Amino acid sequence: MNTRSIQTLARCMAWAWACGFAANAHAQLTADTLHTRATAAMCANCHGTEGRTVEGSSIPSLAGMPKDYMVLQMKAFKEGTRPATVMHQLSKGLTDAQINTIASYYAAIPR
Amino acid sequence: MKRRSFVQASLALGSLGSMVGCASTGRIPEKARVVVIGGGYGGATAAKYVRMLSNYHIDVVLIEPNSAFVSCPISNLVIGGSKTMADITTPYDKLAGKHGVNVVRDHVTNVDPAKKTVTLASGPTIRFDKLVMSPGIDLMFDSIEGLQAAHASGHILHAWKAGPETLALRKQLEAMPDGGVFAITIPEAPYRCPPGPYERASQVAHYFKQHKPKSKVLILDANQDVTSKGPLFKKFWADHYKGILEYMPQHKVMAVDAKANTLKFEIQNDLKADVLNVLPSMRAGAIAVQTQLANMNARWCGVNYQTFESTQAKDIHVIGDSIMIAPLMPKSGHMANSHGKVTAAAIVAQLSDLEVNPAPFLSNTCYSFVSDKLVVHVASLHQFDAKDLTYKTVPGSGGVSPAPSELEGVYAMYWAHNIWADSLL
Repeated sequence: MNTRSIQTLARCMAWAWACGFAANAHAQLTADTLHTRATAAMCANCHGTEGRTVEGSSIPSLAGMPKDYMVLQMKAFKEGTRPATVMHQLSKGLTDAQINTIASYYAAIPR
Repeated sequence: MKRRSFVQASLALGSLGSMVGCASTGRIPEKARVVVIGGGYGGATAAKYVRMLSNYHIDVVLIEPNSAFVSCPISNLVIGGSKTMADITTPYDKLAGKHGVNVVRDHVTNVDPAKKTVTLASGPTIRFDKLVMSPGIDLMFDSIEGLQAAHASGHILHAWKAGPETLALRKQLEAMPDGGVFAITIPEAPYRCPPGPYERASQVAHYFKQHKPKSKVLILDANQDVTSKGPLFKKFWADHYKGILEYMPQHKVMAVDAKANTLKFEIQNDLKADVLNVLPSMRAGAIAVQTQLANMNARWCGVNYQTFESTQAKDIHVIGDSIMIAPLMPKSGHMANSHGKVTAAAIVAQLSDLEVNPAPFLSNTCYSFVSDKLVVHVASLHQFDAKDLTYKTVPGSGGVSPAPSELEGVYAMYWAHNIWADSLL
């Protein structure tokens, strides 16, 4: 490690110390963001990276889908009130909290 | 946190950071390098998602010997004649052009876990902070007497790695006279793609029914019964391929005689066929075995399931078909793609000094074509259990199709196009 990077590191540490909880909050937020993105990415295999499917896809895009609508659809899949080929089986493996995280994530992504 | 607000937060921290001399993206390191071995469903996805999840800060080098990705899923339709090689091939150029992955067309000849380097066949040695190994499977030719030579001569194919053999097997079927016999042999589980051999047999039966109606398909399975979607396959065979396809469980191949086109079994009498498609037992890809990561029964690589880090070597993560699977976890392309994402997130977290996701989960859907249009699936969701340190399926979740359908055939093709895009584009 060279002198400049040591100085940089020292300034970073001083800043982090001074900011206290704010610095921790940022780290926590970043971890949350990572976890959320990895969670939502479990839909991307079929529904496309960032919820955007290939053109003409019979499997719907999730990007920009209103959160309340998606939560209701997942609930309907889980309860069997909306017929499906696979989603009634996969939705039963997700908690309400996971569904909430996924629905919030895709609702915030532009179509 | 929403995507846009994260970007805004990063930018805000960037301006604040520049005032106090901190890196502009918080703790994501600027100089870290992740090397990925193997550009299949697992490796390509890991490479793309390390780039994406690090907001394009962490360098990724993907080492892959093939010039383009050829998908194993859907490749049985090339063998059946309803799809072409072009239909299942995707180039690697978007991983480089769109995602900034350094794609190197080469073989890895050596991995040094202590020095954290990989050596390429062309000579150079590359240092890594993290290594993702996704080498797929290695076929254990030595487990069947005579197979190594019969395969090397092109006489008996496996076509269990999509590519030139896929087309070669198709050509053997086209050259076979009507009235001939196609025999596929299946090793004891676990092997790559549990329903794959049954799908292939169905595709060949469909081809024979249309074009060579006097011909026969024999399935010689070392297992007790069909290992995936059993009732669905068996009902469809009885309804549609009666007199064409015959299923024979508990047939373990011990030797092949390429000259006489004959299979020799542990128990039963020898069997002759015109086209032999022999799938030997499988293990982790050769480079993983060579690096001594295959610490489970000398075949599969044990991993910490939360991060997919090898239980044998620090900072080396193994994903895809090479790993020792958790209960009910299939060795599938979809599963490898899921491994790639959980691993990418864990690597970005570890390199950024952040907490690793305490509760990752994996999704899986495997579609099988029983004819050129009719499809059945198996779907499952695997939640990480922090107490038992493994993945478990949620009781009541997952399942299979009630019956083959054309609707699932449409979904299956878009599943393929979407997962190819998610892994490679």
